[in-house]
Amino acid sequence: MTLAEQILTVLIGAAATQFTRFAAFIFFAGKKTPAFLAYLGKCLPGAVFALLVVYCLKDVSVFTGSRGIPEAAGIAATVLLHLWKRQMLLSIAGGTALYMLFVQTVFA
Amino acid sequence: MDNEGSNSQQDFHGGNSRCLSVLKAAFPATLPVFAGFWFLGLAYGIYMHSLGFPFWYPMCMSALIFAGSLEFVIANMLSGAFAPLQVLLISLLVNARHVFYGIAMLDRFRGLGFWRKTALIAGMCDETFAINYSAKVPQGVDKGSFMLAVTLFNYSYWVSGATLGGLFGNALSFNTRGLEFVLTAMFTVIFTQQWLKDRSRIPELTGFGCAFLCLLCLGPQNFMVPAMLLITLMLAFLRKPLSGRL
Repeated sequence: MTLAEQILTVLIGAAATQFTRFAAFIFFAGKKTPAFLAYLGKCLPGAVFALLVVYCLKDVSVFTGSRGIPEAAGIAATVLLHLWKRQMLLSIAGGTALYMLFVQTVFA
Repeated sequence: MDNEGSNSQQDFHGGNSRCLSVLKAAFPATLPVFAGFWFLGLAYGIYMHSLGFPFWYPMCMSALIFAGSLEFVIANMLSGAFAPLQVLLISLLVNARHVFYGIAMLDRFRGLGFWRKTALIAGMCDETFAINYSAKVPQGVDKGSFMLAVTLFNYSYWVSGATLGGLFGNALSFNTRGLEFVLTAMFTVIFTQQWLKDRSRIPELTGFGCAFLCLLCLGPQNFMVPAMLLITLMLAFLRKPLSGRL
């Protein structure tokens, strides 16, 4: 690839990314959000956060390597800490620390 | 628009302290992203470095594209033959989930003024959306300014991380193995908060069910777009029973 082709490649990627971010606002720029979209806007976040968690774990294999044990432990610690203290940073730090401990020592 | 007017008046009276209180409220919310983005940004910069690109490649790409997973994909494609249509399609597919974020934010970004709204949309990556959608903004702090600060903080973490990775990547040697889990943990917490807050957990369960099903059937490379379509379809079917319970 020449430099010009590389620049074009990056710009296409950037433009396409911006299109996905602006799409909803471009197509539904009217005064009032359509009823179906308002409904989706309310119930999508719960579903999307679930999807994002699965997305983060998509490459975990339960049959090989560490069998997903560090991930399961990290997530369990995160959720339990959060249910207990409701301190976002504490939950995240605790879960991550446990995960790092697992992958650096037990499953190194 | 009223919002804009009152803001400029507030800026006129005590702009600096107000600005500081916004940054003070927003910064703690972005700390996990700081850890995650510096780690992943460094990894991305190092990756580009290993492919033989100078540091300004990851710097410009992270600043212009600002979508982590796509930047890894495009980094790979830059070493191959020029394929503009392929780049376009892959970019749209990899980032299709942003359309969902836009739908969820349609009403929240209303009346924020053109430039602020444009910046908020342009910088809406997974992490920024998750924080801006779920964060409780302290009393007395303007919601629009808070969201803008979160967006700019996260953006600066990613671009600086990628640039530093491209510059000094090879010199790093401390053991950060597993640090990337910080983003998984953050999404887990935000999911937990949503779960505790929602009156009906059907959206969460629908999300999990569809995501798992598509992951099992289609594998990690191809499951996202079908999963999103399936989620939309299922939620459309559930509209009648769910409508009164959200």
